Amino acid sequence: MQIWLLILGMLAITFMIRYSFFAWPNLRFPRLVEQGLHYVPVAVLTAIVVPAMLMPEGEWALEWDNAYLLAGLLAIFIAAISRNLLATIGGGLLSFFLLRWAFGQLPL
Amino acid sequence: MSRSQEFWHGCRDILPLIVGAIPFGIIFGTLSIGAGFSTWQAIGMSALVFAGSAQFIAITLITGGVGAAVVLLTTFVVNLRHALYSAALQPFVRHLSSRWRVPLAFWLTDEAFAVIQHRYASDDVSPHKHWFFLGAALTMYLSWQLATLAGIAFGQAVPNVASWGLDFAMIATFVGIAVPMMRTRPQVASALVAAAVALLTWELPYKLGLIAAALAGIVVGVWLEQRAERRAERHARKEANPCKSGC
Repeated sequence: MQIWLLILGMLAITFMIRYSFFAWPNLRFPRLVEQGLHYVPVAVLTAIVVPAMLMPEGEWALEWDNAYLLAGLLAIFIAAISRNLLATIGGGLLSFFLLRWAFGQLPL
Repeated sequence: MSRSQEFWHGCRDILPLIVGAIPFGIIFGTLSIGAGFSTWQAIGMSALVFAGSAQFIAITLITGGVGAAVVLLTTFVVNLRHALYSAALQPFVRHLSSRWRVPLAFWLTDEAFAVIQHRYASDDVSPHKHWFFLGAALTMYLSWQLATLAGIAFGQAVPNVASWGLDFAMIATFVGIAVPMMRTRPQVASALVAAAVALLTWELPYKLGLIAAALAGIVVGVWLEQRAERRAERHARKEANPCKSGC
């Protein structure tokens, strides 16, 4: 029961955030805000990805067998060269699992 | 393009992002069973909340025995970026009725935003671009539900699936979205500052460091862009009046 209440709470919060600006269709922005919005996805996604690569377990992992870091760098390289999403995801995941397998980090 | 063409193009264009979301959905399904959710509760969270990173973090917090208030606060902080997506797409949906705006907002995810923004930015004038939005968003939603189901089944069948590192799928997806966006110097600087601040504020509770990092990245990006604009203006004035400062 408590879990269902939590799910409904998360639904309410997430929906309110997503609907916030759609709810007032006539709201317009000053130029500064519009300019700022252009940087949001890059800033937010980088802020999620970089710590996940450098600290996959919640602490610094600058080690040669950190597959998150190595495959993450490779994914960045693929994305910069190809600008292709599927190539980045496919190449990144493939190299990640090959590295984990090579380092004996997969529970097989 | 017609409505149905827009719709199908939306379904098609989001497919690469779904490849990245599926492992993420699978690990969510798997972990939710591990956190003590029933099958219906795991399905319910994916169907009603529909926010991958928030669901993932919520499961981690619940497994750690944290109270409901903290989970809800974290959900708010982690999903705050969607307010900015909502703001960015608002000019394109403001002419639609709420019958459209409510479901489109409910289905607004990182993945959907990435392809939809791209569609709205393209030059052709099409009155049906919201059908593209609908197609992309619905495809993402259905895939997320199927991935969750697969994860629940997987989690019940395979031991230790949580230790495989399926969460790397999220990294690869976000890299694939963010890196091609870094075309200008302010964009690159914004990303570097956000990364540095995220690492420095890692210790802050409830993912507050994420918000600090995002704000720092945005401020730096806007500042550099405005500086470049002022420079270009000065340069243009000089070209127009080369003798103003004395020949």
